[in-house]
Amino acid sequence: MLANSPVLPERTDIIQKGHELETRNLNVYYGETHAVEDVNLKFSPNTITALIGPSGCGKSTVLRSLNRMHEVTKNAYVKGEVLLNGENIYASGVDPVRIRRRIGMVFQKPNPFPMMSVYENVIAGFKLNRGAPKGVNLDEIVERALRSAALWDEVKDKLKESGAALSGGQQQRLCIARSIAVEPEVLLMDEPCSALDPISTLKIEELMQELVKEYTIVLVTHNLQQAVRVADMTAFLLAGETRVGHLIEFNTTQQIFDNPSDGRTADYITGRFG
Amino acid sequence: MQQSLTNVSVRALSRTKQAQTYVALEEARFMRRRIMRSFMVGLLGSLTTVAVLILFIIVAYTTVNGIGGINLDFFTQIPKPLGQEGGGIAQAILGTLEMLAVGAIIAIPFGIGTAIYLAEYGAGWFADTVRFSLELLASLPSIVVGVFVWALVVRSFTGFSGIAGAIALAFIMVPIIARSVEEILRLVPNSLREAGLALGIARWRVITKVVVPTVLPGILTGVVLSVARAAGETAPLLLTALGNEFFNFDLSRPMGAMPLQIYNYAISPYKDFHTKAWGAMLVLIVVVALFSGAVRYSMRNLRRAR
Repeated sequence: MLANSPVLPERTDIIQKGHELETRNLNVYYGETHAVEDVNLKFSPNTITALIGPSGCGKSTVLRSLNRMHEVTKNAYVKGEVLLNGENIYASGVDPVRIRRRIGMVFQKPNPFPMMSVYENVIAGFKLNRGAPKGVNLDEIVERALRSAALWDEVKDKLKESGAALSGGQQQRLCIARSIAVEPEVLLMDEPCSALDPISTLKIEELMQELVKEYTIVLVTHNLQQAVRVADMTAFLLAGETRVGHLIEFNTTQQIFDNPSDGRTADYITGRFG
Repeated sequence: MQQSLTNVSVRALSRTKQAQTYVALEEARFMRRRIMRSFMVGLLGSLTTVAVLILFIIVAYTTVNGIGGINLDFFTQIPKPLGQEGGGIAQAILGTLEMLAVGAIIAIPFGIGTAIYLAEYGAGWFADTVRFSLELLASLPSIVVGVFVWALVVRSFTGFSGIAGAIALAFIMVPIIARSVEEILRLVPNSLREAGLALGIARWRVITKVVVPTVLPGILTGVVLSVARAAGETAPLLLTALGNEFFNFDLSRPMGAMPLQIYNYAISPYKDFHTKAWGAMLVLIVVVALFSGAVRYSMRNLRRAR
């Protein structure tokens, strides 16, 4: 798919952006409820890290706290640090809006803006904000983002049509294009394929392999095969008796799946529970 | 059976008898329940029919009595002096339109602003208090609004005037707009808000550029609904706009309005005035019905679009 689409000149000399994300003693709370306890993870530049674990283990919660999206939920708060290139995004005086600009997010269900065309959806990050920076050609941004999302060939003739008119898989790639159009430093993906058919899933996975050349990607997935297929690193989370999510094991995907050091990890990946 | 009566079989017989009586009782109960059910369903149906029939009687009666009063003059002329036939209620139609427009302009920012606050930001005791107050304001007898605006605006500032009438109508509109628009904003799925926020767009921009445009037809519906409701209000205008038999565009002077015209004509002793009152009622009913129809239609489309 991607191999057939024309390669943009920028692609030939990819700049390794090298953005690094790290959590230090991350604790997430929803009001009285302690959802996640003391998670220490390091997301290296230009890698895909998969967060796996059974439902309710807090993997989505961890993901949402990485760009301060969990704050949208009432009474939710965080203790500990999340460092983006060494800078704590939870430090006082840091504007969550700017953090979200630097750390993009793709959701479980494709959520293009229904009142906007494909074109407008891609540039929504500019259009809904203060507008594009001067001297920037929006057409170029749209084409580049859609090409990067492996969607350009399919939608180049229907840029003016509603984003909601696309298929589910196309909508999800449109959402990816929308996220990368604003050139974030890190891309968070919350089960991006769980609402898609196998073919669309495959396309998104191929796309991730391309995107990782430019972005640091954190992926929450229920699909263990997906983690094996795309992730360089895998983190296994589990909520014990207390229903508080913990990081059980964090290692290269190969180590986690071939030779897990924790029995619970082994049980989970062999399908004994979850 | 009778030949071999033993204690055991006597007991068995009595048990059979008991069972038979029980079955008979059960059957009687079932019959009674069936009759009762038919009766109650019939009763509910008749009550429903009467309730709806009243509307049809009103519309039919108004049409029969009023249709004769409606002609071109009715919409273009002002009332003729007492005792002369002919003329119309153009000044009242104009006054109603003008006061509705000004009232809506006043009410829309308050109504929609409150709705956005409640749906997007409001939480806890303050929001609950606001919601309860809106409920109260919406169910307030409209004469109370009239007297209140008379005391606060008419007496101290403007005198009887169109603007006072428009303010009174705005009081009627605000709670209706606020409650209906809040409901509609809650229809917007949270995933759209999150999509905007995740792009690094500030919350108020997400609201004004994503949430509101997504349900704009529904918001307009809420506004139209409130205008339709205010169009027929008489009590708030009695002590504010007062009424006027002549053309008047000037908001600072007394202004005619259709419900006022209906009221004045209805209590007059003249046959011609009565016909005109019926005619004006017919026009009001038709206008409100059109509004409501448009609202139902656009709401259906909105639900389907979701």
